[in-house]
Amino acid sequence: MKKLPPILRWGLPVASGVLFVALWYGVRLVSGLQSWILPTPIEIITAAWNEHARLLAAAGHTAVGALGGFVLAAALGFATSLLLGVSRSLRAGLYPWLLVLQMTPVIVLTPIIMLWAGPGMPGIITITWLISYFPIVANMTQGLLSTDMNHVALFRMCNASRVQEMLLLRVPAAMPLYLAGLRIAATLAPIGAIFGEYMVGNSSGGTGGLGFLVYSYNTQIKIPALFATALTSCLLGFIFVAAVSWLNWAVLHKWHDSFERNDH
Amino acid sequence: MEAAAPIVKFTSLQKRYGDGPLVLDGISLAVQPGDFITFIGPSGCGKSTVLKLVSGLSPWTVGELSVAGMKPRQARDRQAFIFQDATLLPWLTAQLNVELPRRLRGAPEAERAAKARQMLALVGLGAVSGYYPRQLSGGMKMRVSIARALTLAPQLLLLDEPFGALDEMTRNRLNEELLALRAQAPFTAMFVTHSMAEAVFLSNRIVVMAANPGRLHAEVAVEFPYPRPPELRARPDFQAKVNEVSRLLHEVEEPVPA
Repeated sequence: MKKLPPILRWGLPVASGVLFVALWYGVRLVSGLQSWILPTPIEIITAAWNEHARLLAAAGHTAVGALGGFVLAAALGFATSLLLGVSRSLRAGLYPWLLVLQMTPVIVLTPIIMLWAGPGMPGIITITWLISYFPIVANMTQGLLSTDMNHVALFRMCNASRVQEMLLLRVPAAMPLYLAGLRIAATLAPIGAIFGEYMVGNSSGGTGGLGFLVYSYNTQIKIPALFATALTSCLLGFIFVAAVSWLNWAVLHKWHDSFERNDH
Repeated sequence: MEAAAPIVKFTSLQKRYGDGPLVLDGISLAVQPGDFITFIGPSGCGKSTVLKLVSGLSPWTVGELSVAGMKPRQARDRQAFIFQDATLLPWLTAQLNVELPRRLRGAPEAERAAKARQMLALVGLGAVSGYYPRQLSGGMKMRVSIARALTLAPQLLLLDEPFGALDEMTRNRLNEELLALRAQAPFTAMFVTHSMAEAVFLSNRIVVMAANPGRLHAEVAVEFPYPRPPELRARPDFQAKVNEVSRLLHEVEEPVPA
Protein backbone atom coordinates (compact mmCIF):
# COMPACT_ATOMS: atom_id res chain seq x y z
CA MET A 1 0.00 0.00 0.00
CA LYS A 2 1.35 3.43 -0.89
CA LYS A 3 1.59 5.83 2.00
CA LEU A 4 0.20 9.36 1.87
CA PRO A 5 2.81 12.12 2.03
CA PRO A 6 3.22 13.38 5.64
CA ILE A 7 1.69 16.75 4.88
CA LEU A 8 -1.58 15.08 3.87
CA ARG A 9 -1.48 12.53 6.69
CA TRP A 10 -1.48 15.40 9.22
CA GLY A 11 -3.19 17.99 7.09
CA LEU A 12 -6.32 16.03 6.14
CA PRO A 13 -7.56 15.28 9.69
CA VAL A 14 -6.81 18.88 10.72
CA ALA A 15 -8.69 20.20 7.69
CA SER A 16 -11.72 18.00 8.33
CA GLY A 17 -11.64 19.04 12.01
CA VAL A 18 -11.60 22.72 11.11
CA LEU A 19 -14.45 22.15 8.66
CA PHE A 20 -16.44 20.35 11.36
CA VAL A 21 -15.98 23.18 13.91
CA ALA A 22 -16.97 25.75 11.26
CA LEU A 23 -20.14 23.77 10.51
CA TRP A 24 -20.82 23.58 14.24
CA TYR A 25 -20.67 27.37 14.58
CA GLY A 26 -22.75 27.71 11.43
CA VAL A 27 -25.53 25.49 12.80
CA ARG A 28 -25.48 27.37 16.10
CA LEU A 29 -25.76 30.78 14.35
CA VAL A 30 -28.38 29.80 11.82
CA SER A 31 -30.59 27.79 14.20
CA GLY A 32 -30.43 30.21 17.11
CA LEU A 33 -30.19 27.27 19.58
CA GLN A 34 -29.39 28.12 23.22
CA SER A 35 -26.00 27.41 24.76
CA TRP A 36 -27.47 24.73 27.07
CA ILE A 37 -28.71 22.79 24.02
CA LEU A 38 -25.75 23.23 21.67
CA PRO A 39 -22.73 24.94 23.27
CA THR A 40 -20.01 26.28 20.97
CA PRO A 41 -16.56 24.68 21.08
CA ILE A 42 -15.23 27.73 22.91
CA GLU A 43 -17.90 27.37 25.59
CA ILE A 44 -16.95 23.71 25.97
CA ILE A 45 -13.25 24.51 26.30
CA THR A 46 -14.07 27.20 28.84
CA ALA A 47 -16.18 24.74 30.81
CA ALA A 48 -13.36 22.19 30.61
CA TRP A 49 -10.94 24.79 31.99
CA ASN A 50 -13.27 25.81 34.80
CA GLU A 51 -13.95 22.20 35.75
CA HIS A 52 -10.46 20.86 35.06
CA ALA A 53 -9.74 19.80 38.64
CA ARG A 54 -12.92 17.72 38.87
CA LEU A 55 -12.48 16.36 35.35
CA LEU A 56 -8.90 15.27 35.97
CA ALA A 57 -9.72 13.63 39.29
CA ALA A 58 -12.66 11.87 37.67
CA ALA A 59 -10.54 10.78 34.70
CA GLY A 60 -8.00 9.32 37.12
CA HIS A 61 -10.74 7.39 38.88
CA THR A 62 -12.09 6.13 35.56
CA ALA A 63 -8.61 5.17 34.36
CA VAL A 64 -8.12 2.99 37.45
CA GLY A 65 -11.43 1.19 36.84
CA ALA A 66 -10.78 0.81 33.12
CA LEU A 67 -7.24 -0.44 33.64
CA GLY A 68 -8.32 -2.86 36.36
CA GLY A 69 -11.05 -4.36 34.20
CA PHE A 70 -8.81 -4.41 31.13
CA VAL A 71 -5.93 -6.19 32.87
CA LEU A 72 -8.36 -8.68 34.37
CA ALA A 73 -9.89 -9.31 30.93
CA ALA A 74 -6.45 -9.63 29.31
CA ALA A 75 -5.27 -12.17 31.90
CA LEU A 76 -8.48 -14.18 32.16
CA GLY A 77 -8.98 -13.98 28.40
CA PHE A 78 -5.52 -15.43 27.82
CA ALA A 79 -6.11 -18.22 30.34
CA THR A 80 -9.56 -19.05 29.00
CA SER A 81 -8.25 -19.22 25.43
CA LEU A 82 -5.50 -21.62 26.47
CA LEU A 83 -8.14 -23.92 27.94
CA LEU A 84 -10.31 -23.63 24.83
CA GLY A 85 -7.31 -24.14 22.57
CA VAL A 86 -6.09 -27.26 24.39
CA SER A 87 -9.25 -29.32 24.27
CA ARG A 88 -12.02 -29.81 21.78
CA SER A 89 -14.38 -30.94 24.57
CA LEU A 90 -13.74 -27.85 26.67
CA ARG A 91 -14.33 -25.74 23.58
CA ALA A 92 -17.61 -27.47 22.81
CA GLY A 93 -18.66 -27.30 26.47
CA LEU A 94 -17.71 -23.72 27.28
CA TYR A 95 -17.90 -21.60 24.15
CA PRO A 96 -21.72 -21.47 23.92
CA TRP A 97 -21.84 -20.19 27.51
CA LEU A 98 -19.27 -17.53 26.76
CA LEU A 99 -21.54 -16.44 23.92
CA VAL A 100 -24.50 -16.38 26.29
CA LEU A 101 -22.50 -14.15 28.63
CA GLN A 102 -21.60 -11.86 25.74
CA MET A 103 -25.16 -11.74 24.38
CA THR A 104 -26.67 -10.74 27.71
CA PRO A 105 -26.81 -6.93 27.77
CA VAL A 106 -24.57 -5.59 30.51
CA ILE A 107 -27.27 -3.19 31.58
CA VAL A 108 -29.40 -6.17 32.63
CA LEU A 109 -26.55 -7.62 34.65
CA THR A 110 -25.62 -4.35 36.34
CA PRO A 111 -28.00 -4.60 39.32
CA ILE A 112 -26.86 -8.18 39.89
CA ILE A 113 -23.20 -7.13 39.70
CA MET A 114 -23.88 -4.33 42.14
CA LEU A 115 -25.51 -6.82 44.47
CA TRP A 116 -22.62 -9.28 44.29
CA ALA A 117 -19.51 -7.17 43.80
CA GLY A 118 -20.81 -4.19 45.73
CA PRO A 119 -21.05 -0.59 44.54
CA GLY A 120 -17.99 1.48 43.68
CA MET A 121 -14.72 0.18 42.25
CA PRO A 122 -15.32 -3.61 42.51
CA GLY A 123 -18.55 -3.29 40.54
CA ILE A 124 -16.97 -0.93 38.00
CA ILE A 125 -14.04 -3.29 37.41
CA THR A 126 -16.40 -6.24 37.05
CA ILE A 127 -18.49 -4.42 34.43
CA THR A 128 -15.38 -3.32 32.52
CA TRP A 129 -14.04 -6.87 32.59
CA LEU A 130 -17.37 -8.23 31.35
CA ILE A 131 -17.42 -5.85 28.37
CA SER A 132 -13.81 -6.36 27.26
CA TYR A 133 -13.38 -10.08 27.97
CA PHE A 134 -15.12 -11.73 25.03
CA PRO A 135 -13.28 -10.05 22.12
CA ILE A 136 -10.00 -11.15 23.68
CA VAL A 137 -11.14 -14.76 24.11
CA ALA A 138 -12.68 -14.94 20.64
CA ASN A 139 -9.57 -13.59 18.91
CA MET A 140 -6.98 -15.50 20.93
CA THR A 141 -8.84 -18.81 20.59
CA GLN A 142 -9.10 -18.30 16.84
CA GLY A 143 -5.36 -17.61 16.80
CA LEU A 144 -4.52 -20.76 18.75
CA LEU A 145 -6.58 -22.86 16.37
CA SER A 146 -5.28 -21.40 13.10
CA THR A 147 -1.65 -22.43 13.48
CA ASP A 148 0.03 -23.35 10.19
CA MET A 149 -0.41 -27.12 9.70
CA ASN A 150 3.14 -27.48 8.41
CA HIS A 151 4.46 -25.92 11.62
CA VAL A 152 2.40 -28.40 13.61
CA ALA A 153 3.81 -31.23 11.45
CA LEU A 154 7.31 -29.92 12.11
CA PHE A 155 6.72 -30.04 15.86
CA ARG A 156 5.25 -33.55 15.62
CA MET A 157 8.30 -34.68 13.60
CA CYS A 158 10.49 -33.41 16.43
CA ASN A 159 8.40 -35.41 18.94
CA ALA A 160 7.39 -32.18 20.67
CA SER A 161 5.10 -32.53 23.69
CA ARG A 162 1.64 -30.96 23.79
CA VAL A 163 2.93 -28.35 26.23
CA GLN A 164 5.83 -27.47 23.91
CA GLU A 165 3.46 -27.28 20.96
CA MET A 166 1.23 -24.90 22.92
CA LEU A 167 3.90 -22.65 24.42
CA LEU A 168 6.50 -22.58 21.66
CA LEU A 169 4.21 -22.71 18.65
CA ARG A 170 0.52 -21.98 19.14
CA VAL A 171 0.82 -19.14 21.66
CA PRO A 172 3.43 -17.12 19.73
CA ALA A 173 1.55 -17.78 16.48
CA ALA A 174 -1.63 -16.45 18.13
CA MET A 175 0.04 -13.25 19.42
CA PRO A 176 -1.11 -11.05 16.50
CA LEU A 177 -4.73 -12.07 17.11
CA TYR A 178 -4.40 -11.77 20.89
CA LEU A 179 -3.15 -8.23 20.42
CA ALA A 180 -5.99 -7.52 18.00
CA GLY A 181 -8.35 -8.65 20.77
CA LEU A 182 -6.59 -6.38 23.25
CA ARG A 183 -6.97 -3.50 20.83
CA ILE A 184 -10.74 -3.96 20.69
CA ALA A 185 -10.80 -4.37 24.47
CA ALA A 186 -8.83 -1.13 24.88
CA THR A 187 -11.57 0.80 23.09
CA LEU A 188 -14.23 -0.91 25.22
CA ALA A 189 -12.58 -0.68 28.66
CA PRO A 190 -13.01 3.10 29.24
CA ILE A 191 -16.58 2.85 27.94
CA GLY A 192 -17.22 0.00 30.36
CA ALA A 193 -15.72 1.90 33.28
CA ILE A 194 -17.73 5.06 32.54
CA PHE A 195 -20.89 3.05 32.12
CA GLY A 196 -20.14 1.27 35.40
CA GLU A 197 -19.58 4.58 37.18
CA TYR A 198 -22.78 5.95 35.75
CA MET A 199 -24.70 2.91 36.95
CA VAL A 200 -23.05 1.99 40.24
CA GLY A 201 -20.65 4.80 41.03
CA ASN A 202 -23.25 7.32 42.12
CA SER A 203 -24.48 5.12 44.89
CA SER A 204 -21.07 5.11 46.53
CA GLY A 205 -21.31 8.61 47.91
CA GLY A 206 -20.03 10.99 45.28
CA THR A 207 -16.48 9.73 44.69
CA GLY A 208 -17.26 8.58 41.16
CA GLY A 209 -15.32 9.06 37.95
CA LEU A 210 -16.34 10.49 34.57
CA GLY A 211 -19.50 8.38 34.55
CA PHE A 212 -20.57 9.96 37.80
CA LEU A 213 -19.76 13.44 36.44
CA VAL A 214 -22.08 12.73 33.49
CA TYR A 215 -24.84 11.97 35.96
CA SER A 216 -24.02 14.97 38.09
CA TYR A 217 -23.66 17.57 35.27
CA ASN A 218 -26.80 16.23 33.62
CA THR A 219 -28.94 16.72 36.71
CA GLN A 220 -27.45 20.22 37.10
CA ILE A 221 -28.06 20.94 33.39
CA LYS A 222 -24.41 21.97 32.98
CA ILE A 223 -24.43 21.05 29.30
CA PRO A 224 -21.07 22.57 28.25
CA ALA A 225 -19.45 20.69 31.16
CA LEU A 226 -21.18 17.54 29.92
CA PHE A 227 -19.55 18.05 26.52
CA ALA A 228 -16.24 18.65 28.28
CA THR A 229 -16.69 15.32 30.05
CA ALA A 230 -17.26 13.66 26.69
CA LEU A 231 -14.04 15.23 25.41
CA THR A 232 -12.14 13.98 28.46
CA SER A 233 -13.55 10.44 28.02
CA CYS A 234 -12.49 10.52 24.40
CA LEU A 235 -8.93 11.51 25.38
CA LEU A 236 -8.81 8.72 27.94
CA GLY A 237 -9.92 6.23 25.26
CA PHE A 238 -7.16 7.47 22.95
CA ILE A 239 -4.56 6.96 25.67
CA PHE A 240 -5.73 3.38 26.15
CA VAL A 241 -5.68 2.58 22.44
CA ALA A 242 -2.28 4.25 22.04
CA ALA A 243 -0.86 2.15 24.89
CA VAL A 244 -2.07 -1.09 23.32
CA SER A 245 -0.88 0.02 19.88
CA TRP A 246 2.54 0.55 21.40
CA LEU A 247 2.41 -2.93 22.97
CA ASN A 248 1.39 -4.37 19.59
CA TRP A 249 4.36 -2.66 17.97
CA ALA A 250 6.74 -3.78 20.70
CA VAL A 251 5.75 -7.43 20.39
CA LEU A 252 5.34 -7.72 16.63
CA HIS A 253 7.41 -5.16 14.74
CA LYS A 254 10.51 -7.32 14.45
CA TRP A 255 8.90 -10.29 12.78
CA HIS A 256 5.29 -9.73 11.77
CA ASP A 257 4.33 -8.93 8.19
CA SER A 258 1.97 -6.15 9.31
CA PHE A 259 5.12 -4.14 10.07
CA GLU A 260 6.77 -4.92 6.73
CA ARG A 261 8.71 -1.92 5.57
CA ASN A 262 8.07 -0.58 2.09
CA ASP A 263 11.65 0.35 1.32
CA HIS A 264 13.05 -3.02 0.33
CA MET B 1 22.97 -55.11 -4.63
CA GLU B 2 24.48 -54.94 -1.15
CA ALA B 3 22.98 -57.09 1.55
CA ALA B 4 22.44 -54.27 4.07
CA ALA B 5 18.98 -54.07 5.61
CA PRO B 6 16.85 -51.43 3.89
CA ILE B 7 16.29 -48.25 5.90
CA VAL B 8 12.75 -47.90 4.53
CA LYS B 9 10.69 -50.84 3.31
CA PHE B 10 7.23 -50.71 1.76
CA THR B 11 5.40 -54.03 1.31
CA SER B 12 2.20 -54.13 -0.79
CA LEU B 13 1.10 -50.89 0.75
CA GLN B 14 -2.25 -49.19 0.16
CA LYS B 15 -3.39 -45.81 1.38
CA ARG B 16 -6.73 -44.05 1.30
CA TYR B 17 -7.94 -40.99 3.21
CA GLY B 18 -11.13 -41.91 5.07
CA ASP B 19 -13.64 -43.41 2.65
CA GLY B 20 -12.02 -41.70 -0.33
CA PRO B 21 -10.50 -43.42 -3.36
CA LEU B 22 -7.16 -45.20 -3.18
CA VAL B 23 -4.30 -42.69 -3.08
CA LEU B 24 -1.57 -45.29 -3.20
CA ASP B 25 -1.83 -48.90 -4.34
CA GLY B 26 0.56 -51.83 -4.41
CA ILE B 27 3.62 -49.92 -3.23
CA SER B 28 6.54 -52.29 -2.67
CA LEU B 29 9.93 -50.68 -2.44
CA ALA B 30 13.13 -50.93 -0.43
CA VAL B 31 15.26 -47.84 0.18
CA GLN B 32 18.85 -48.78 0.97
CA PRO B 33 21.04 -46.81 3.37
CA GLY B 34 22.88 -44.16 1.37
CA ASP B 35 20.29 -44.00 -1.40
CA PHE B 36 19.23 -40.66 -2.81
CA ILE B 37 15.86 -41.74 -4.16
CA THR B 38 13.59 -39.32 -5.98
CA PHE B 39 9.86 -39.70 -6.60
CA ILE B 40 8.54 -37.98 -9.69
CA GLY B 41 5.16 -38.16 -11.34
CA PRO B 42 2.01 -36.27 -12.34
CA SER B 43 -0.01 -34.30 -9.80
CA GLY B 44 -2.07 -36.55 -7.57
CA CYS B 45 0.21 -39.58 -7.92
CA GLY B 46 0.72 -39.62 -4.16
CA LYS B 47 4.43 -38.85 -4.12
CA SER B 48 4.10 -36.44 -1.21
CA THR B 49 1.91 -38.96 0.59
CA VAL B 50 4.77 -41.47 0.40
CA LEU B 51 6.89 -39.08 2.49
CA LYS B 52 4.08 -38.41 4.94
CA LEU B 53 3.70 -42.13 5.57
CA VAL B 54 7.43 -42.58 6.18
CA SER B 55 7.44 -39.67 8.63
CA GLY B 56 4.52 -41.13 10.56
CA LEU B 57 2.46 -37.98 10.01
CA SER B 58 -0.23 -40.01 8.26
CA PRO B 59 -1.25 -43.67 8.66
CA TRP B 60 -1.48 -46.16 5.79
CA THR B 61 -4.44 -48.45 5.20
CA VAL B 62 -3.18 -51.89 4.12
CA GLY B 63 0.28 -53.47 3.90
CA GLU B 64 3.53 -52.92 5.74
CA LEU B 65 5.94 -50.05 6.15
CA SER B 66 9.04 -50.04 8.31
CA VAL B 67 11.66 -47.37 8.92
CA ALA B 68 14.98 -48.63 10.32
CA GLY B 69 13.12 -51.82 11.22
CA MET B 70 10.57 -49.90 13.32
CA LYS B 71 7.16 -48.34 12.94
CA PRO B 72 7.55 -44.92 11.28
CA ARG B 73 6.52 -42.97 14.39
CA GLN B 74 9.09 -44.76 16.54
CA ALA B 75 11.82 -43.91 14.05
CA ARG B 76 11.15 -40.18 14.13
CA ASP B 77 14.35 -39.27 15.91
CA ARG B 78 16.28 -40.72 12.97
CA GLN B 79 14.56 -38.62 10.34
CA ALA B 80 13.95 -35.01 9.43
CA PHE B 81 11.43 -33.44 7.08
CA ILE B 82 11.97 -30.51 4.73
CA PHE B 83 8.69 -29.05 3.53
CA GLN B 84 7.67 -27.31 0.31
CA ASP B 85 8.01 -23.96 1.96
CA ALA B 86 10.69 -23.28 4.52
CA THR B 87 8.22 -23.45 7.48
CA LEU B 88 10.42 -21.23 9.62
CA LEU B 89 8.78 -19.79 12.71
CA PRO B 90 8.49 -16.10 11.79
CA TRP B 91 8.96 -14.88 15.38
CA LEU B 92 12.35 -16.58 15.75
CA THR B 93 15.65 -15.49 14.24
CA ALA B 94 17.43 -17.81 11.82
CA GLN B 95 19.69 -18.91 14.68
CA LEU B 96 16.76 -19.76 16.99
CA ASN B 97 14.92 -21.52 14.16
CA VAL B 98 17.88 -23.83 13.63
CA GLU B 99 18.09 -24.40 17.39
CA LEU B 100 14.45 -25.47 17.56
CA PRO B 101 14.75 -29.27 17.07
CA ARG B 102 17.38 -29.52 19.81
CA ARG B 103 15.44 -27.15 22.02
CA LEU B 104 12.40 -29.41 21.72
CA ARG B 105 14.59 -32.28 22.88
CA GLY B 106 15.70 -30.33 25.92
CA ALA B 107 19.32 -29.84 24.84
CA PRO B 108 21.27 -27.33 26.97
CA GLU B 109 21.18 -23.81 25.57
CA ALA B 110 24.90 -23.43 25.00
CA GLU B 111 25.16 -26.74 23.15
CA ARG B 112 22.22 -26.12 20.84
CA ALA B 113 23.36 -22.55 20.14
CA ALA B 114 26.84 -23.74 19.18
CA LYS B 115 25.44 -26.50 16.96
CA ALA B 116 23.05 -24.07 15.24
CA ARG B 117 25.86 -21.58 14.57
CA GLN B 118 27.89 -24.39 13.04
CA MET B 119 24.99 -25.52 10.84
CA LEU B 120 24.25 -21.96 9.67
CA ALA B 121 27.90 -21.48 8.79
CA LEU B 122 27.77 -24.74 6.85
CA VAL B 123 24.93 -23.46 4.65
CA GLY B 124 26.74 -20.12 4.24
CA LEU B 125 24.43 -18.06 6.44
CA GLY B 126 26.67 -17.38 9.43
CA ALA B 127 26.39 -13.65 8.80
CA VAL B 128 22.59 -13.46 8.96
CA SER B 129 21.94 -15.68 11.98
CA GLY B 130 20.24 -12.78 13.78
CA TYR B 131 17.82 -12.04 10.94
CA TYR B 132 14.14 -12.85 11.09
CA PRO B 133 12.70 -15.01 8.28
CA ARG B 134 10.89 -12.11 6.62
CA GLN B 135 14.27 -10.41 6.12
CA LEU B 136 15.62 -13.40 4.17
CA SER B 137 15.20 -14.30 0.49
CA GLY B 138 13.44 -17.51 -0.55
CA GLY B 139 16.73 -19.31 -1.15
CA MET B 140 18.13 -18.18 2.21
CA LYS B 141 15.00 -19.34 4.01
CA MET B 142 15.32 -22.75 2.42
CA ARG B 143 18.99 -22.93 3.49
CA VAL B 144 17.93 -22.19 7.07
CA SER B 145 15.33 -24.94 6.74
CA ILE B 146 18.01 -27.38 5.55
CA ALA B 147 20.31 -26.35 8.40
CA ARG B 148 17.45 -26.94 10.85
CA ALA B 149 16.73 -30.39 9.40
CA LEU B 150 20.38 -31.44 9.52
CA THR B 151 21.05 -30.15 13.03
CA LEU B 152 20.04 -33.52 14.51
CA ALA B 153 22.23 -35.42 12.01
CA PRO B 154 19.31 -37.53 10.72
CA GLN B 155 19.92 -40.89 9.01
CA LEU B 156 16.98 -40.23 6.73
CA LEU B 157 16.03 -36.91 5.19
CA LEU B 158 12.59 -36.49 3.61
CA LEU B 159 12.31 -33.60 1.16
CA ASP B 160 8.94 -32.63 -0.28
CA GLU B 161 9.59 -30.39 -3.31
CA PRO B 162 11.83 -28.14 -1.23
CA PHE B 163 13.13 -26.08 -4.15
CA GLY B 164 9.93 -25.89 -6.21
CA ALA B 165 9.29 -22.22 -5.46
CA LEU B 166 12.83 -21.02 -6.25
CA ASP B 167 14.23 -19.64 -9.48
CA GLU B 168 16.29 -22.08 -11.51
CA MET B 169 19.70 -20.62 -10.69
CA THR B 170 19.03 -20.72 -6.95
CA ARG B 171 17.59 -24.20 -7.31
CA ASN B 172 20.69 -25.48 -9.12
CA ARG B 173 22.97 -23.96 -6.53
CA LEU B 174 20.97 -25.46 -3.66
CA ASN B 175 21.07 -28.85 -5.39
CA GLU B 176 24.85 -28.66 -5.42
CA GLU B 177 24.96 -27.50 -1.80
CA LEU B 178 22.66 -30.32 -0.72
CA LEU B 179 24.97 -32.92 -2.27
CA ALA B 180 27.99 -31.24 -0.66
CA LEU B 181 26.30 -31.36 2.75
CA ARG B 182 25.50 -35.02 2.18
CA ALA B 183 29.13 -35.73 1.38
CA GLN B 184 30.14 -34.26 4.75
CA ALA B 185 27.45 -35.92 6.87
CA PRO B 186 25.94 -38.81 4.92
CA PHE B 187 22.19 -39.33 5.03
CA THR B 188 19.70 -41.31 3.03
CA ALA B 189 17.37 -39.01 1.11
CA MET B 190 13.82 -39.45 -0.14
CA PHE B 191 13.07 -36.56 -2.43
CA VAL B 192 9.95 -35.40 -4.24
CA THR B 193 10.14 -33.08 -7.23
CA HIS B 194 8.51 -32.08 -10.51
CA SER B 195 11.85 -31.29 -12.11
CA MET B 196 13.44 -34.05 -14.17
CA ALA B 197 16.84 -32.34 -14.33
CA GLU B 198 16.86 -31.91 -10.56
CA ALA B 199 15.93 -35.58 -10.11
CA VAL B 200 18.76 -36.77 -12.38
CA PHE B 201 21.34 -34.43 -10.86
CA LEU B 202 20.63 -35.43 -7.26
CA SER B 203 19.60 -39.07 -7.27
CA ASN B 204 21.05 -42.51 -7.70
CA ARG B 205 17.50 -43.86 -8.09
CA ILE B 206 14.45 -42.23 -9.66
CA VAL B 207 11.01 -43.72 -9.15
CA VAL B 208 8.44 -42.65 -11.73
CA MET B 209 4.91 -42.79 -10.34
CA ALA B 210 1.51 -42.93 -12.03
CA ALA B 211 -1.75 -41.47 -10.69
CA ASN B 212 -5.28 -42.73 -9.97
CA PRO B 213 -4.43 -44.63 -7.92
CA GLY B 214 -0.85 -43.63 -7.13
CA ARG B 215 1.51 -46.46 -7.97
CA LEU B 216 5.10 -47.17 -8.95
CA HIS B 217 5.47 -47.14 -12.73
CA ALA B 218 9.19 -47.57 -13.36
CA GLU B 219 12.54 -47.10 -11.74
CA VAL B 220 15.58 -45.50 -13.33
CA ALA B 221 19.09 -46.00 -11.98
CA VAL B 222 21.36 -42.95 -12.27
CA GLU B 223 24.94 -44.14 -12.19
CA PHE B 224 26.93 -40.89 -12.30
CA PRO B 225 29.38 -41.10 -9.41
CA TYR B 226 29.28 -38.63 -6.53
CA PRO B 227 30.54 -35.96 -6.06
CA ARG B 228 28.71 -34.60 -9.08
CA PRO B 229 30.12 -31.37 -10.53
CA PRO B 230 27.75 -28.68 -11.89
CA GLU B 231 29.21 -29.32 -15.37
CA LEU B 232 27.50 -32.71 -15.32
CA ARG B 233 24.28 -30.97 -16.38
CA ALA B 234 25.82 -30.03 -19.73
CA ARG B 235 26.90 -33.56 -20.65
CA PRO B 236 25.04 -35.53 -23.35
CA ASP B 237 24.72 -38.65 -21.14
CA PHE B 238 23.06 -36.43 -18.47
CA GLN B 239 20.64 -35.15 -21.09
CA ALA B 240 20.01 -38.73 -22.23
CA LYS B 241 19.04 -39.65 -18.66
CA VAL B 242 16.67 -36.70 -18.44
CA ASN B 243 15.12 -37.82 -21.73
CA GLU B 244 14.66 -41.33 -20.40
CA VAL B 245 12.78 -40.00 -17.34
CA SER B 246 10.80 -37.71 -19.62
CA ARG B 247 9.75 -40.63 -21.79
CA LEU B 248 8.61 -42.63 -18.76
CA LEU B 249 6.65 -39.63 -17.47
CA HIS B 250 5.02 -39.34 -20.85
CA GLU B 251 3.76 -42.92 -20.55
CA VAL B 252 1.90 -42.14 -17.35
CA GLU B 253 0.56 -38.75 -18.40
CA GLU B 254 -3.21 -38.46 -18.21
CA PRO B 255 -4.74 -38.01 -21.66
CA VAL B 256 -5.54 -34.33 -22.11
CA PRO B 257 -9.26 -33.80 -22.74
CA ALA B 258 -9.81 -32.31 -26.21
